Amino acid sequence: MTPEEEAEFKRRQRSRNLVLAGTLIFFVVLFYFITIARLGAQ
Amino acid sequence: MSVSPSSTPDRALLQGGEPVRATRLPAEWRDFFALTKPRVMTLVIFTAICGLLAAPGAIHPVLGFTAVLAIAMGAGGSAVLNQWWEADIDAGMKRTANRPLPGGRVTREDARDFGLFLSGVSLVLMGLAVGWLASALLLAAIIYYAVIYTMWLKPRTPQNIVIGGGAGAFPPLIGWVAVTGEVTAMPIVLFAIIFMWTPPHFWALALFVKTDYAKVGIPMLPVVAGERTTRNHIWVYTLLLAPFTIAPWVIGGTSWIYGTTAVALSALFVALALPVARRNAVMGEGDPMAEEIRLFKFSIIYLFVLFAALVADRVLEAQGLIGPGLLAGGVI
Repeated sequence: MTPEEEAEFKRRQRSRNLVLAGTLIFFVVLFYFITIARLGAQ
Repeated sequence: MSVSPSSTPDRALLQGGEPVRATRLPAEWRDFFALTKPRVMTLVIFTAICGLLAAPGAIHPVLGFTAVLAIAMGAGGSAVLNQWWEADIDAGMKRTANRPLPGGRVTREDARDFGLFLSGVSLVLMGLAVGWLASALLLAAIIYYAVIYTMWLKPRTPQNIVIGGGAGAFPPLIGWVAVTGEVTAMPIVLFAIIFMWTPPHFWALALFVKTDYAKVGIPMLPVVAGERTTRNHIWVYTLLLAPFTIAPWVIGGTSWIYGTTAVALSALFVALALPVARRNAVMGEGDPMAEEIRLFKFSIIYLFVLFAALVADRVLEAQGLIGPGLLAGGVI
């Protein structure tokens, strides 16, 4: 793998990891608020 | 979805015109996002929100947001599964040849896994946060689109759009059920409106992109039955759509605001479908197909305005600015 290919490989991996991390954090926060909303309804 | 370096096919780097070596790169996240058909999802999200807002009763804003998110994820998941199944067909059509799968930017296995994962998460999310009836309807919608329409009807019958239109009709029904927890007359009428709207909407499109479908052997009505029959079908379904559109007002589910909007939109739809039905233009003979393109574009505006009027009707009624529908408070 040339340095250019390796750089592109890492860039894509990094951007995917960031999106995945953002999605996970979003769902953690969402489930927190869902729990609050469900408990409030009871 | 794997993050292995084998996510895209070899891409030869050229140096001086000669391939030097092959590189396997992981797919971009944007390609996975593109697989969910975000443009189609706009209409899905819009009609789901309208179903949610038009339903009698209230839902916690967080749960309402979650319901719409789950519907969007379910729609996205089934769109991914649709493209996974139709990758070869998409590769043969100009309009779809550059999608992530035929374009070689995502592998079929990754697309299948992503579609199944997205669909599964949407069902669990809807069930846990909102209710299992809404989740069951979402499952029905996903199966309807990914299996009944994509795998079964689309390659087999020119009536694929008629029955397959049911898949797109689910979002307002699910949105409504998320609030009320039950299936009553009004959400079924909303389902029926989109069900009846889909054939003239899609056949208008099929008239001016016919050559693409013919090329890959998909039995779209213009391909197998001809343009004359398609135009007749557009006309018949436009006439059948009108009573369903006006039905929410007639059965007392809405006030005059929705009613007059529905009548005006139906009259316009009929007025624009009539020249399409009467013409004998044939694609590929130098005809710009202006009437067909105009009908297709209007059909999208039609649905947006109709559902916006439904919500406006409900909001104004809730604020006491207009009277309730004739049968409000009953089975509607």
